[in-house]
Amino acid sequence: MMGSLAVIWAIGRKDLLLEIRNKDVVVAVAGFALLVLVIFTFAIDLNQGNAELVGPGVLWAGIAFAGVTGLNRAFALEVEGSTLEALMLAPISRDLIYLGKALGNFLFIAVAQIIVIPVFAVLFNLVVFRWEMLAISLLTTIGFSAVGTLFAGMSVRVRAREVMLPLLFLPVVTPLLMAAVESTSHMVYGRSWSDMAQWLQLAVAFDVAFLVVSAFIFQHILED
Amino acid sequence: MLNKVLDLLDPLLILSAALMGVALYLIFVWVPTETNQGAVQRILYFHVPVAWGSMMGIFVVSGSSFMYLWKKNEKWDRLAVASAEVGVIFGAMMLLSGMIWARPVWAVWWTGEAKLTTALILFFIYVAYLMFRAYFPPGTQRQRLAAIIGVIGAVDTPIIYFAANLWSQAHPPLVTGPAADAESALGSDLGTVLLASTLAFSFLFIYMVQTRYKIRKSEDDLVELKRASSASAMTGAN
Amino acid sequence: MPAVVSQATQLAVKADAVVKNFGETAVLRGLDLELPTGEVTVLLGSNGAGKSTFLRILAMLTQIDSGSVSMHGVDITENGPSVRALTGSVLHAPMLYADMTVRENLLFFAEMYRLQNVEDLIAGTIQRVGIEPRLDHRVRTLSHGFQKRVALARALMHDPQMLLLDEPESGLDSESVAQLDSIIADYKSAGRTVVMTTHIVEHALEIADRAVVLNNGTVGLNSTKPSSDKAEILAAYSSKANDQ
Repeated sequence: MMGSLAVIWAIGRKDLLLEIRNKDVVVAVAGFALLVLVIFTFAIDLNQGNAELVGPGVLWAGIAFAGVTGLNRAFALEVEGSTLEALMLAPISRDLIYLGKALGNFLFIAVAQIIVIPVFAVLFNLVVFRWEMLAISLLTTIGFSAVGTLFAGMSVRVRAREVMLPLLFLPVVTPLLMAAVESTSHMVYGRSWSDMAQWLQLAVAFDVAFLVVSAFIFQHILED
Repeated sequence: MLNKVLDLLDPLLILSAALMGVALYLIFVWVPTETNQGAVQRILYFHVPVAWGSMMGIFVVSGSSFMYLWKKNEKWDRLAVASAEVGVIFGAMMLLSGMIWARPVWAVWWTGEAKLTTALILFFIYVAYLMFRAYFPPGTQRQRLAAIIGVIGAVDTPIIYFAANLWSQAHPPLVTGPAADAESALGSDLGTVLLASTLAFSFLFIYMVQTRYKIRKSEDDLVELKRASSASAMTGAN
Repeated sequence: MPAVVSQATQLAVKADAVVKNFGETAVLRGLDLELPTGEVTVLLGSNGAGKSTFLRILAMLTQIDSGSVSMHGVDITENGPSVRALTGSVLHAPMLYADMTVRENLLFFAEMYRLQNVEDLIAGTIQRVGIEPRLDHRVRTLSHGFQKRVALARALMHDPQMLLLDEPESGLDSESVAQLDSIIADYKSAGRTVVMTTHIVEHALEIADRAVVLNNGTVGLNSTKPSSDKAEILAAYSSKANDQ
């Protein structure tokens, strides 16, 4: 058990080290998400007091779209030098590779959000520095990386993987996206935890279901 | 010539054509016009059966995808791809007929009602399933990965439905048409027609899946032949 | 001939009716092959004969469509992780993280193989393949030949029972090839197994115990005296090469 955790952490830490050197993924995700936010501040008139109404949706749509590009990039890096095959050669079960890669993707999207969410607070003039935001953000990012790592691993050999990943990823994460948007809405309207409890429970159920199923199913993905 | 025509007359085709005739008679001649919605209500006799067909499609894709991952037998993969294609066609008909019905009755083409949202998201997942199969290089890896999408879709379905339900409670659908919440005045006649029509479309669904399965089998046999002939060509050259 | 007796369970590799297709291309068409422990086997055949695919199957990067493969008596489809611990592979790509140093790469893969005493192990391995001076250089800055050596170090680090080498000489200078030969010889004298492909056929036939010519997805020729059967092997091999 400890050995497995060490392997998962080693893969995640390796991704983090490469990311610190290249800054390929976090910059792409944060940059893309910030642009979505800025464009929406022009597309929607925020002076009508509707920031609470549209803000949460814009935030999570931006993070979801930006996340897809990041997931694509993260897996492409592992394929370019055939290093994914080096991981496959190792005497570890495939689910550890999945969990390690998912950990790396979780860290990338989480770090990108640390940049994006404060900018969102400024542009939309909303109070977001609350524990609720942390909980929503963590649950959503876990689900995004759970599903995204699985589908990114599947899309690497597809001709048009930049197209394929969002087509697979976005419909499947829709319930999680609804949970994120609705809970964030409750938060910006200043409602309590109990108002968003059902949505958070849904997000937890989504995360657990897809982490377990994906880890179990990943053994069928890698070999050609 | 005559033999070829007779070959095409599959019993399932005959059965579904006959039932379709009965259903058409019931829909357009036998059943009286519903008083609240008017003639447009007859679309439901079409809409409900194709929706049922698309649900069967999703169910069969999920089941046979799971079986393929478990047994690795090609026949489950063929069944999955056949029912995915037919299911997506039925799904498209369901979405279109539903919108045509909703515009006069609900006064909107589309609304965030739970069943509609769920159907639309599932439709996208199975379109992605078919696109993935089209884009991925051929081989057993493609079959495995497609089966995984089928299983993931099945896992996602209850979560999508639960989320769509919660969402529509928070944002009640804007339904303002003339018969938004009037009870149907047809009673048991409605049930009779829906039953006949659903049976007709079910047999059509099964017939289409069966036909697509056979074509798929022929495609696989052709690939097998090409592999074998490339082998004998190489041996012949030595 | 190697001292190890080849009983059924002592076979390093036992492939039984292995079939692998990629779409319309049939790569392996019912391949049967038994390789005893302690031999150096060189796989020969024209492009697309299935040499690399067979190595990838042994390395568990490629799944077979039907048939069975066992290594040291263990079925590979049912015991993945434990079988992968038996093999060390150097395939076409170096399979290294280009933006990490040689040391970081080796440390990372040591963790993947759950090795102990990693520092000593790395020190010993890099000396064996001759990469000490570049230990703290990023892999991206190294020449192709050097990357190959690092890949070899990665494959040797966990001291595998079997080495799988896919054209290991490509990109290596003559000195490095000599070093590779001595590593292969060490392996053989330790009673272990090497399965390799090569593009320096004549040289490989000198050092190999067995030559297997793959033809049309099956075994075309299986010689246990490659250095004396050289003419026959070359004829079988080059007649196929001319067909392409």
